Amino acid sequence: MAVGAEQTRRTWWLLSPALLTVGFFMVLPMVILLVFSFMEADPYGGVDPGFTVEAYVQLLFERDFDDTLAYTGIYLGIIWRSIALALVATVGSLILGFPVAYYIARQNTRTQNLLLFLVTLPFWTNLLIRTYAWILILSTDGVIEQPLKAIGFLDGTLDMMYSNGAIAIGLIYTYLPLMVLPIYASMEKLDFRLIEAASDLYAGRYRVFREVIVPLSTPGIVAGCILVFVPSLGAFVAPDLLGGGRKLMLGSLIHLQFASSRNWPFGAAIAMCLLAIVMIALMLQARSSARRRAMEVA
Amino acid sequence: MVEDGRTAIDIRNVRKVYGSGGGAVTAIERASLDIADNEFFTLLGPSGCGKTTLLRLIAGFEATTEGEIFLYGDEIEDLPPFKRPVNTVFQHYSLFPHMTVAENVGFGLKMLGRPKAEIGEAVERSLSLVKMSDFARRKPSQMSGGQQQRVALARALAPNPKVLLLDEPLSALDLKLRQAMRNELKTLQRETGITFVFVTHDQEEALTMSDRIAVMSNGLIQQIGSPLDIYERPLNRFVADFIGDTNFVEADIASVEGGVATCQSAGGLEMRAAVVDGHGVGDRVTLALRPEKMSLAASANGGAATPGRIESADYLGTSTSYKVMLDGGVTLAVREQNPVDASTVLAAGDAVHVSIPVGTARMLVD
Repeated sequence: MAVGAEQTRRTWWLLSPALLTVGFFMVLPMVILLVFSFMEADPYGGVDPGFTVEAYVQLLFERDFDDTLAYTGIYLGIIWRSIALALVATVGSLILGFPVAYYIARQNTRTQNLLLFLVTLPFWTNLLIRTYAWILILSTDGVIEQPLKAIGFLDGTLDMMYSNGAIAIGLIYTYLPLMVLPIYASMEKLDFRLIEAASDLYAGRYRVFREVIVPLSTPGIVAGCILVFVPSLGAFVAPDLLGGGRKLMLGSLIHLQFASSRNWPFGAAIAMCLLAIVMIALMLQARSSARRRAMEVA
Repeated sequence: MVEDGRTAIDIRNVRKVYGSGGGAVTAIERASLDIADNEFFTLLGPSGCGKTTLLRLIAGFEATTEGEIFLYGDEIEDLPPFKRPVNTVFQHYSLFPHMTVAENVGFGLKMLGRPKAEIGEAVERSLSLVKMSDFARRKPSQMSGGQQQRVALARALAPNPKVLLLDEPLSALDLKLRQAMRNELKTLQRETGITFVFVTHDQEEALTMSDRIAVMSNGLIQQIGSPLDIYERPLNRFVADFIGDTNFVEADIASVEGGVATCQSAGGLEMRAAVVDGHGVGDRVTLALRPEKMSLAASANGGAATPGRIESADYLGTSTSYKVMLDGGVTLAVREQNPVDASTVLAAGDAVHVSIPVGTARMLVD
């Protein structure tokens, strides 16, 4: 018994650095946000003591001057747009990133390292500056429009800026490397002789892709999709700059609440909402992959 | 067998060069051969001789630089691998790790769009052919190398290809398993009636299984023939050297009579061998003598034996390998079956007489 207790103490002692790190950097901020979301807003920023669910009520209802609640779809609309844009960004970077990862995985080691370096290169520059560059590209009379006008292909403007499309482009651009890297990692382990074996067994190019390459890189695809979807959902740089604040996303909305609106509890409540969406998405993913595994066994 | 007449694969003047310009590597210099329907044909040679390249050209994984390949009379040059009615058993099996054994075996037929019932039947038939029926639900990672090898075989057989290509399929197995698989492959080929093209660097494998063998080296086919032909009547030095052990003796043709040349070696050793086209009296030729065709005796016994002395004797269990220095200065390797009483085996330093039966010496082209 004594040995058991000693053992337990030892285990906790050895675990403590990890527990402290997770607790301090991950659990504590979350708990603070959760607590804030149930407190009263201080008009000058920060929170005032007292328990209230006002912040969550605000998500769905507007309080009139006479204190009656009226349903409002503004925030649900923002949540919906955020999910939709994050999905578009995920699918878009999957379509763009998959062939890139495949191409890199088929090169020799030296070229692979060079190409991987190039993929991560944008990370070395500030995100804000890179997003400003996209404004130059997409704006009226910008890098895209001017040449088109010069050759007489375009009359007027494409009006690309400050749209959902511009935000999606910004998100795809920002998070594409997070799609390429995990897919590359699982493809790098792929035995390319299997492709030969499949084509020997009457599989054409598409069937080889569908039956061999995609199933064997599924772990990377799933990881890449999560890594793109989750931050896209909470992104605020691309929506702010390319959406011009006209097309709010969850990230920008939260940012707004903590900065200019000075409604910290509401910001915290939206953040909790975002967290819930992400958790649900991950749970759905886990369940579908579990079902797939169960089907394979059967 | 060859006599059936129908040609399964006709390779005409095929040449394969990888790369271009200064960095070009010639894998196949020039190759022409016919493989008959229902034949067990082996491409034999050391690594880098071009045998695997030739197999890959038939499968369609590589394109020929020059020449044509016909499959049952049809030119297949323009067909991608997935349109050629040939299947391959790969050296490293290359089973799909995310599929069960049954799915692996059924893959080819599924790609051909066959109905499910037919696929199920074919999978069962193929698996029972290789005695792997109990493993249908396993994943490749849950099986040993030998089992994976059988599944790979079943997978290639399931679509019932006209030709089965086997790329050193036994090289990754241990010795006992390899020997057992040899017999099974041979039986399988006879039962299915499928033409087998087998690539190996193992001469024993080639000799035991094949109807015919093509010996390759440096991108050239050195000789095509039955195992007996290849071993007993090697055409050139490479074939004689690569298959089995051989003594090479340089000799001059002293006289030719009725197609048989009497040759004189440096040490005064006289041997008779069938003359090869292009050689005549006075030419210096190479003669090949298999060690096991000659015999040793302690005394001359009145026969036409050549005296000499044993330089070394290596006991090999079933036989003993001797190095004998003949009195004339020629050294010969001779292999003798070990007698019932193994203590009577000759030893180094013993004086012996070597008898070389007529027909032992083979004159080589080069």
